[in-house]
Amino acid sequence: MRPLVLIATIATAAPAAAQMHDMRGMHMPGMTMPPPKKAPARPKPAKTAPARKTPRAANPKPAAMPGMDMTAPTPASCQPEHAAMGHCSPTPAATTADAPPNMPAGTDQPAGNAPPPAPPTTLAAARFYDPATMARANRTMRDEHGGMRFAQILFNLAEVQVRRGRDGYRWDGAGWFGGDIDRLVVKSEGEGGFGDRIDDAEVQALYSRAIDPYWNLQAGVRQDLGMGAHRTYATVGIEGLAPYWFDVEGALFLSDKGDLLARAEAWYDQRITQRLILQPRIELNLAAQDMPASRVGAGLSTAELGLRLRYEIKRELAPYVGVSWDGRYGATARYARSDGQDHGGVALALGLRTWF
Amino acid sequence: MTRPTRRRFLRDATLGGGALALPWLPAWAQPVSAGLATPLQTVSGTDIALTVAHRMMTIDGKPSHAIGINGTVPGPLIRLKQGQNVRLAVTNTLDEDTSIHWHGLLLPFQMDGVPGISFPGIPARTTFTYDFPVIQAGTYWYHSHSGLQEQMGHYGPIVIDPEGADPVQADREHVIVLSDHSPLHPHAIFRRLKLQGGYFNYQKQTFAGLLAGRDQPLKERLMWGGMRMDPTDVSDVTGATYSYLVNGHGPADNWTALFAPGERVRLRIVNASAMTNFNVRIPGLTLTVVQADGQNVKPVAVDELQIAVAETYDVLVGPATPQAYTLVAEAWDRSGMARATLAPRPGMVAPVPALRTRPLATMKDMGMGAMAGMSGVDHAAPAACPPEHAAMGHCTPAGDTGMAGMKHGMRDFANAPELPKTPVVQTVAPMPVDRTGEPPQGLADAGHRVLVYRDLVALDRNPDLRAPSRQLRIHLTGNMERYMWAFDGVKLNAVVAPIPFRQGERVRVTLVNDTMMAHPIHLHGHFFELVTGHGDHAPRKHTINVAPGGTATFDLTADAPGDWAFHCHLLYHMHAGMMQVVTVRPDGEAGAGA
Repeated sequence: MRPLVLIATIATAAPAAAQMHDMRGMHMPGMTMPPPKKAPARPKPAKTAPARKTPRAANPKPAAMPGMDMTAPTPASCQPEHAAMGHCSPTPAATTADAPPNMPAGTDQPAGNAPPPAPPTTLAAARFYDPATMARANRTMRDEHGGMRFAQILFNLAEVQVRRGRDGYRWDGAGWFGGDIDRLVVKSEGEGGFGDRIDDAEVQALYSRAIDPYWNLQAGVRQDLGMGAHRTYATVGIEGLAPYWFDVEGALFLSDKGDLLARAEAWYDQRITQRLILQPRIELNLAAQDMPASRVGAGLSTAELGLRLRYEIKRELAPYVGVSWDGRYGATARYARSDGQDHGGVALALGLRTWF
Repeated sequence: MTRPTRRRFLRDATLGGGALALPWLPAWAQPVSAGLATPLQTVSGTDIALTVAHRMMTIDGKPSHAIGINGTVPGPLIRLKQGQNVRLAVTNTLDEDTSIHWHGLLLPFQMDGVPGISFPGIPARTTFTYDFPVIQAGTYWYHSHSGLQEQMGHYGPIVIDPEGADPVQADREHVIVLSDHSPLHPHAIFRRLKLQGGYFNYQKQTFAGLLAGRDQPLKERLMWGGMRMDPTDVSDVTGATYSYLVNGHGPADNWTALFAPGERVRLRIVNASAMTNFNVRIPGLTLTVVQADGQNVKPVAVDELQIAVAETYDVLVGPATPQAYTLVAEAWDRSGMARATLAPRPGMVAPVPALRTRPLATMKDMGMGAMAGMSGVDHAAPAACPPEHAAMGHCTPAGDTGMAGMKHGMRDFANAPELPKTPVVQTVAPMPVDRTGEPPQGLADAGHRVLVYRDLVALDRNPDLRAPSRQLRIHLTGNMERYMWAFDGVKLNAVVAPIPFRQGERVRVTLVNDTMMAHPIHLHGHFFELVTGHGDHAPRKHTINVAPGGTATFDLTADAPGDWAFHCHLLYHMHAGMMQVVTVRPDGEAGAGA
């Protein structure tokens, strides 16, 4: 059957092939051959050579092939693309049913290339139901299929850190509200010691926009809280899923004093089993200048490495145990020493990864 | 098969006792069913009343919240006769709008039951009466098209007996409604998917699996990880939350269909699931497929078939010995199964086969069809690029393109210039091929005869034999990370224009699946003919499951004027935006009345 599909296309749609079959002598009222470039896509010429022989061998009824009287429309004489051009009318089904058995029938026939109609702008149902009610229902229906908004609060880190000398706590979480593309995001992270003030804390309020399947562009403000100076920053960053399933965040912060900070964060969830998951995590903070009031020095100021093993009782609730190492560098380390703080160390982390 | 034989009408009232124990189930869905040869406990006639209400159902002994119709989940069997008129008065006792869509029925569009497209919906505590002529015969079903009510049990079967002799002759018949049910509210399921696309997948690849030598080797895992593609992502919602049901009963309930040895039994199988394609088999029995989507097909004998969401298949089985057989409907990701028993007497059971290993997606599932073929024994040019497609310019015969395809990335818009570069489009199939001749996902190595779409041949000649006057490509696009799904990269909420058809025109539609998941695509109000090489006996369907990274082509005669829904029948894909409106208008009306 397939060679015949081919030959039907060639014979009727491709002028070169058609001439080989000597269609010039046919009686085709009102029909103009389409210019070559208008012909629908067809097999490469190389393919036509072997195919050309097939119909005569395979089809003992040449009447249906080139050379037949095409006054009465048959499937071969009124190709859809010609019908679309008004050259002829498509064949009624009954006639086609009488076509010789070896001709491509029904779905075996090639399709034409008529243009689509213009899309209507009215609701057909408005003829049967109250148009205002129908318009309202239509809007609701569209909103319900893809336009929903959601909200989530997720704490990747919410833990107690047990370390020599001083036990503390650490959190890193975010909440968002919005649709698939545009979201309002609130992020917060910080740490502190028990029985002490909060050492470091910050809150960011960001507008987030999906810019590709995996990445969000985020911009907004950051407010520092905690022991250091309570600076306010303009923030711009990206967040998303990198190849190999790394969750990655990167951001720049420009303070109201003109100070520039940067942060990069990444983690990876390695499934040990379906519910036991090991998460290595890294966070680097950088500064373009010394900021004594904030106890931050130029260059790499702090680095944090963590390895946490969680068990997902359910996806939303996963207690974990892990180790966290953090270090302060350069001027930041000196600030810490002069404040009587250590410049880093290892902690045992006990926490709960949770979202709701 | 096509010769009419005497039909035995079985009457079996002795098993009605089950109704006492489980009063919310109709007789045809009682744990032990005598079969449907008797017109018992169905609704039929020209005036039918249906009431939609909240209720509790019990699955494997556990109570679960549901929405039922006339007090049952699934709803009552609606049994009609071709040629009759029917008035269906649907009363909504819920506190929210509802609707019933008559899936697969050809009817005036304003009776099709899709809120916002065919009518405004049925507001709380009101009654809406559907009224239409029944012009066809076969197995169909009905379900809510409002919100996510379908997931909660708002569905039921329809059987329409033909006016003349039924070419399918059977001594007895049973309706098998397959579905999935969760104790979670469907909105909770949808929210979880939105927040974490793989929330319900507890069959992912793990480090423990790597050490044990299971699943992909490390090199392959790295390659897939580099593409951010998860080969275990087969079903979005799984047995982790679902119970898989036969006629509303869990596997432990063991719904039983009776037969007498030697009978020819017709099973009318409906997949009323929200999200689950099922692999159906009855170990020990051959399934002879005689109808697909309500349309008769030439009998095909298989050992197993995959029924996609919203499809129906009628099969004949001939159990010759007085033993029990297990009907296994395995979820396509093998995370669970629905189970029923065919037996000569109630209470008999047969061994229940274990779940098979879950399938892993392949390169071909990512749309690297021709490239995947290259790694095989031959270049598989005919499969990868059938000549008729080459003739249409859909592809070029393989061989010279394989290497070129290798250079394509997974999101190269050069492969689909018509697609917008939206976040919905996570991947663009680099070399999608027609996969209607292949076993459905996970069944290539089943080791026995598996139904493929190309096996289906219409019993009767197609009604419209014209060649299509034009062709149309529609991309199935998605983003598993954000759980966004859409046609042509635009979710329905962002769509500005419908997909227009001229009334009466015949159009060849190719669905290109750019995602790594199968999508059962359903067009309301029409049957289309699959372009699978069967000429004027193309199988006619209302739903086509497009394989991952593959294409499927059908010819559609747009003969039903009005507006029609067109969507992926995976409920949460539709809800996420994988839906469009198809308009069928007389030529010249387009754009009028703007």
